[in-house]
Amino acid sequence: MTVNAFDADRGPELPRRRRRGGGEGRRRDPNVMVPDAQFASYYGRHIVKPAPWGNEIPAYFFLGGLAAGSGLIGAWAHGCGYDVLRRNARLGAMAAVGLSGGALVADLGRPERFLNMMRTVKLTSPMSVGTWIFSAFSASAGLAFAVEAADLLGLGRGDSLPQKAIGAGVKVAAPVSSVGSAAFAAPLAAYTAVLLSDTATPLWQESYRELPFVFTGSALAASCGLAMITTPPAQTSEVRRLALMGAATDVTAYHLMARRLGEIAEPLAHGRPGRLARAAEVLTIGGALGATVLGRNRIGAALSGLALMAGSACTRFAVVEAGIESAKDPKYTVLHQKARLAARRAAGMRSDSITTA
Amino acid sequence: MGFWHEQLAGPTDPARDAGWGTDRQPRKGFFTDTSICIGCKACEVACKEWNTLPMDGDLSILGMSYDNTGDLGATTWRHVAFVEQTADRIADARRSGAALVDLGMPSARPPDEAAVAEVPDFRWLMASDVCKHCTHAGCLDVCPTGALFRSEFGTVVVQADVCNGCGYCVPACPFGVIERREPLPDKRSAERVGVAQKCTLCYDRLDADLTPACAKACPTTSIQFGDHDEMRRRAHERVEVLHAQGLTEARVYGGNEHDGVGGTGSVFLLLDEPEVYGLPPDPIVATARLPEMFRAAGFAATGLLAAAAFAFLGRRR
Repeated sequence: MTVNAFDADRGPELPRRRRRGGGEGRRRDPNVMVPDAQFASYYGRHIVKPAPWGNEIPAYFFLGGLAAGSGLIGAWAHGCGYDVLRRNARLGAMAAVGLSGGALVADLGRPERFLNMMRTVKLTSPMSVGTWIFSAFSASAGLAFAVEAADLLGLGRGDSLPQKAIGAGVKVAAPVSSVGSAAFAAPLAAYTAVLLSDTATPLWQESYRELPFVFTGSALAASCGLAMITTPPAQTSEVRRLALMGAATDVTAYHLMARRLGEIAEPLAHGRPGRLARAAEVLTIGGALGATVLGRNRIGAALSGLALMAGSACTRFAVVEAGIESAKDPKYTVLHQKARLAARRAAGMRSDSITTA
Repeated sequence: MGFWHEQLAGPTDPARDAGWGTDRQPRKGFFTDTSICIGCKACEVACKEWNTLPMDGDLSILGMSYDNTGDLGATTWRHVAFVEQTADRIADARRSGAALVDLGMPSARPPDEAAVAEVPDFRWLMASDVCKHCTHAGCLDVCPTGALFRSEFGTVVVQADVCNGCGYCVPACPFGVIERREPLPDKRSAERVGVAQKCTLCYDRLDADLTPACAKACPTTSIQFGDHDEMRRRAHERVEVLHAQGLTEARVYGGNEHDGVGGTGSVFLLLDEPEVYGLPPDPIVATARLPEMFRAAGFAATGLLAAAAFAFLGRRR
């Protein structure tokens, strides 16, 4: 240590590092190596930039999940011969696809250029991959919608040539649309989690293991909820069981995620994201229990379905808003990165630091 | 997997990976030596002038020393940070810098009979920050339209007329550099509103064999421009010189191709820990873990299909 002539005259040591974030006590997980709860930052400003996304993006995540699950249920009901469920699920999928596509375009800084998404295929960009998944699913959902529309309008049943042509078209389109909807539903429900994780936003990046399960579970619960609202209980007994599975996956994965992330998951417990996350849990668990207990009652099923859908929406908004909070506070970037650097150094990895002598 | 892995992490030549052939140029970059920065902000002004960047915000005073810009963004492609420090912080910085030598980092030598410099009572840190032009650039990897591209100089540039303003590059940058340009506060029109913006390393000037505006304007050669290898060499040499003078707080930031972004195109000499300047201490490009992310999502998607199949079979039983 360097000593100079003035050392003896120095006043008492002041706290060396600025500490931000008020007086709230911080939970400390002994397994997470945090070298020092205090940290340096540049005037408390964020290091990584928060995503510039408004409500359209979490709304898209909710509606996209709803569309994916409804597409899967529609295809499934087609296979099982549940006519009312099939029709309602397909119409629901089409509506959700349309609304979610609108939300996506509305969020762009230059909405008139939304077709630029289609000028390339980029495997390193989950948004590009997702655009193609969404397009393929939309085409399938659109085809399924056309089949249902033809059926509702009574087309394709007559003896005239155009009617016969429509009838033949429906015969081909019905199975193709179901296979397409089922095939692209699962990737559509899961890719949005990768989209969030493939960023420098601390909460999203570190949640990559559990977030796909939270999102697919949430999508399944929401779409089963929609089916329970639109379709009489006689055709939704399996859907209600699926709703329970979806809700259980969502809630379990969410808690595993929050526990593993420790300090980085703090924004999920505070403020508006915290309230949304708690609402999501109550609504999802309540909806799933309601579906199990009251599912045979038309009103009870519809109310449970509504709770499941609201729970799914709250989950998406909570995760997106909490991630943006985790980017705004440099604490999450600095402490986590210093801890992982220190852990690597302690393990003998000494050549991969961005800072060198 | 070798080829793909190289595309996502580790040392590589990014211009070659991007497909540049015979017209590929030597990789260009900056060396920003903050030890001789005087905080004049000529780089900020020259950058704004050359690139016709609009004003930041509403001219309010941020109350952060002499910095009223705040950070890099859509309208600020060079940003000068100001930090005031007292003796205890300087002593801390000197210790943390000396510890990097003890860690046996690449190119570090044992501290020979180095001079012991006096710790001053007070110092200014002034540092001109800029886009890092990463070897593995998060913004470029996630861009869904191809608006962001790798130039023949190994730099990362946005094509403003292709960008549709999805905003995905903004959270993807580990350094918080790129930003979507929002409309001006007084609703006056500005160019390129709604699209992502950042330093181009003066792509237009490089094409004409000119030095980027900020480096050209810098009066102290704190900002140097040249071939990337040369910039890295100069950075490490300068750290050695400062360490030999007992100024062990000096360290290179971004000069290691084995770091989380495969090395940065812009290399810095810092005099304290990176977070003091608002730089991330251990940035890792998220795309490096993309295969694991897709794998986890694949399991979740399979689970969803399995649940549906289970319900289907349960019915038939």
